[in-house]
Amino acid sequence: MEGNLNMIGYGLAAVGPGIGIGLIFAAYINGVARQPEAQGRLQSIAILGFALAEALAIIGIALAFVL
Amino acid sequence: MSFTPPGPDDFNLPPIGPSSEFEFLGQTMYLGVTKPMLQLVLAAGLTFWFLYAAAKQRSMVPGKLQYVGEGAYGFVRNSMGRDIIGSHDFMRFVPYLVALFFFLLLNNLFGSIPFIQFPTFSRAGMVYALAALSWIIYNWVGVQKHGFAGYVKLQTVPPGIKGPILALLIPLEFFSNIVVRPVTLALRLFANMLAGHLLILLFALGGEYLLLHGSTLLKPVGVLAWVLFIAISFLELLIQFLQAYVFVLLNAMYISGALADEH
Repeated sequence: MEGNLNMIGYGLAAVGPGIGIGLIFAAYINGVARQPEAQGRLQSIAILGFALAEALAIIGIALAFVL
Repeated sequence: MSFTPPGPDDFNLPPIGPSSEFEFLGQTMYLGVTKPMLQLVLAAGLTFWFLYAAAKQRSMVPGKLQYVGEGAYGFVRNSMGRDIIGSHDFMRFVPYLVALFFFLLLNNLFGSIPFIQFPTFSRAGMVYALAALSWIIYNWVGVQKHGFAGYVKLQTVPPGIKGPILALLIPLEFFSNIVVRPVTLALRLFANMLAGHLLILLFALGGEYLLLHGSTLLKPVGVLAWVLFIAISFLELLIQFLQAYVFVLLNAMYISGALADEH
C-alpha cells in the first residue's frame, strides 16, 4: 500500500478543527434561534471564529503537501 | 504514462522575459519578473483606479460607481474600523484597512478570474510582507500611545494576575502576542490560498488524466472529477472573500488591542 504518512497526519489533525467549527456554528445557531435580531452581530463573530479554527486545518494540509 | 499529482512545485512560476538564476539554501531562485509580481502591480493599479474613480465625482446623488464604492468603503469603515477599533480613533486606520481589504480581495480573486487563475498569495513571500507591515503598524501604534515599557506590559501581563505565575505567563504572552501573531496571520492566508488552488489543480488534472488515459469504466469518474472541480471553484470564491475579510478584521483587532486603555 503506497501513500504518504503526511496525509495520515493531516487526517488526524483535521479532527480538532472539525469539532471546533461544529461547536462554533452550534453556538451561532443557538444564539440566532433564541434572538433572531442578533443575527447580524453574531454573524461576524461566527465568521471570525470559523476562520481562526479553520486556520489550523489549513496549515495542516498545506504542510502535509510541502513537507 | 502515470499520473503525477500536482504539488507545491507547480506554484513556482518561471519568469517572463530575461532572467538569471541563483541558488539560495538549496532552492533555485529566479531574478526576473514573474507572473505573481505582475499580478501584484495590476491589483494595486486596479484598486487605486476603482477607489479613485468612485470618489472623483462626489455628487450628492451618487451614480452607480460611486454608490458601489461608497457601499464597499462603508462596509470596511463601519464593520471593521468603527466597530472594532472604536469610534474615537478609528479614522487614522481606515485608509490602511480599506486599501488592504481591496488589494487583498483582488489578489485573491485572481485565482478565479479566467486567464489569470493564480492566487497571488499562494506565494508565501508576498503574504509575509503584508504580515510584516501589519506587525510594524500595530506595534508602532501601541508604542506610540503607551511608551515602550507600557506597551510591553499591556501585551504581556493580563490584568488582575499577580504572583509567581507571572514568570510563566509573561514569556508565553509575549511569544503569543508579539512573535506568533504575524506568523499565524500570514500562514492562514497563504495556506488557504495554496490548499484551495492545489485542490482545483488536482481535480482538473486528475479529471483530464482519467478521461484521456483511464479505462472505459473510469471515464465517468473523470467527468465527476470535473463536476467537483466546478463545485470547488465556487467554494474557492467564498474562501477568497472570507480570507480577505478575516485578514483585515484581525488587523483591526490587533490595532484595537494595542490601543486599548489600561484596565
